[in-house]
Amino acid sequence: MIWNQNKECMSRDEMSALQGKRLHKVVEYVYHNVPFYRKKLQERDLIPDDIQTIEDITKLPYTTKKDLRDNYPTGLQAAPMSQIIRVHASSGTTGNPTIVGYTRKDIAIWTECMSRSLTAFGIGRNDIMSVAYGYGLFTGGLGAHNGVENVGAAVVPASTGNTEKHAKLLRDLGITGIACTPSYALYLAETMEKMGITKDQIKLRVGAFGAEPWTENMRKEIQDRLGLKGYNIYGLSEVMGPSVSYECQCQNGSHICEDHFFPEIINPVTLEPLPRGQKGELVFTTLTKEGMPVLRYRTRDITSLMEGECNCGRTAVRMTAIEGRSDDMLIIRGINVFPSQVEAVVLAIPEIAPRYMLIIDRVNNLDTLTVQVEVRPDYFTSDFDTPGAVENLRKKVEFKLRSVLSIGAKVELKAPGSIERSQGKSVRVLDKRVLK
Amino acid sequence: MTINQLSIFIENKSGTLVKVLKILKDAGIQLIASAIADTVEYGIYRVVCSEPTRAYLILKDAGIPVALSDVFALVLENTPGSAADAIELFTNEGISITYMYTFLLKGKGIIVFRTDNADKARETIILNNLKFIAEKDLNALAEQSI
Repeated sequence: MIWNQNKECMSRDEMSALQGKRLHKVVEYVYHNVPFYRKKLQERDLIPDDIQTIEDITKLPYTTKKDLRDNYPTGLQAAPMSQIIRVHASSGTTGNPTIVGYTRKDIAIWTECMSRSLTAFGIGRNDIMSVAYGYGLFTGGLGAHNGVENVGAAVVPASTGNTEKHAKLLRDLGITGIACTPSYALYLAETMEKMGITKDQIKLRVGAFGAEPWTENMRKEIQDRLGLKGYNIYGLSEVMGPSVSYECQCQNGSHICEDHFFPEIINPVTLEPLPRGQKGELVFTTLTKEGMPVLRYRTRDITSLMEGECNCGRTAVRMTAIEGRSDDMLIIRGINVFPSQVEAVVLAIPEIAPRYMLIIDRVNNLDTLTVQVEVRPDYFTSDFDTPGAVENLRKKVEFKLRSVLSIGAKVELKAPGSIERSQGKSVRVLDKRVLK
Repeated sequence: MTINQLSIFIENKSGTLVKVLKILKDAGIQLIASAIADTVEYGIYRVVCSEPTRAYLILKDAGIPVALSDVFALVLENTPGSAADAIELFTNEGISITYMYTFLLKGKGIIVFRTDNADKARETIILNNLKFIAEKDLNALAEQSI
């Protein structure tokens, strides 16, 4: 099913024309309403009339997370507070959080995009969907909530926390859809297993998973344990929130709502725009936002864009799974390491659980990488009772990590449940080097 | 001929051993013998106990990585050299002992061990008429000793 045939299946020429028109409008709008952008454009000798087609976008400056922080709290807000009807804030683990104000039109567009996503996942008026993203400053909860109501399904605002009650409701209400982070889905599956609720007792059919990078193996595991089909939903509060892009039934990349968010891929080091198909950092320009529009905002997410009509009939450009973040990238002994690479290794070894912690330290001026993983009780058989068997498992993980990362990592086997579970975005890296 | 032993994965950190022991205590399981083989970060805790199958299921339910292993338990005479004599029989057959520990039950020395060739070990025990403990004997002995 397609929510908005007109926009989601628009011809490429029409889409480019629409994007060009909207880009001109948004540039003109921020030029007159946000001193930060006006100054940046003036520095480049640009006036809004220089931007007429979507190709002109490369003339514009980039916006970074730092720009958003430096202009805390509302320096980049274009609409007056009287027009703002909601404020979200992104998780600011360092320094100021990023404040994003939404006008009534922004919320309507967000709800529209969310409805496109949910419809693509197969959610409709006959569904009951629980939203287990955190409700609050985080965009996940309320964003998904509005969409579920808009497509006419019944929303169960479970939020995070109280997972046992949530599991009970899943069973007793016959909830058919769930929106949460992939790691929370696993935590929920674990909780259900502890409570003795089997997947035959629940009716979950669709999972809308996002807010953190995940892998195909993780998808397989969630699907196996909860008996649903898991779809990727992507978004970020600086641009809007969840539903900037979403998977369709074909699950071959996530379609971007590109009539509202224009994507580019750039080389994160040289900042050169890269041709479609190449891997690099994803950059978004909001084409219709009023509250806090962003021009060429660097997401730090590493992905690539795919053009061409999808088997589902949508023409909207697709982004491949996020392979890492250009700022999550760890440089260990001079080698670039992405936590997602570690995740791929961890998920491919059945004897260990799909969660991990990376600890980076510096001993005698040498970087060390320790990877903690959990032993999985189901796979602990009497074969492990011979001397060296557990050690062989540990070495197997070390060997696989070394072949993927190109640097040696020390693997520590931990008891099940000893690596902290997350209820929001997972913290998977502890870099002790910066603390010294 | 063999007895069931619990092989439990435990992390080398304060509180993990007592957690396992408390689960067994609450279930009314009696420990008969146990040994820990450890590395710096983790260890395998091997336990001979009453009702090993029930103990196994309870630990498994609690999310503890645990396996049931078949091990041999031989009764030795309380004379010097009896262990050496017994082990030598296995060595002569080319059987390696992968691990071993001992305990006393009703004044008799018992050796518990696992080999790299269970079938051949079984044969060796029968041919040499070694005195072994079966699961039910162990439970009976445990009860008497309470």
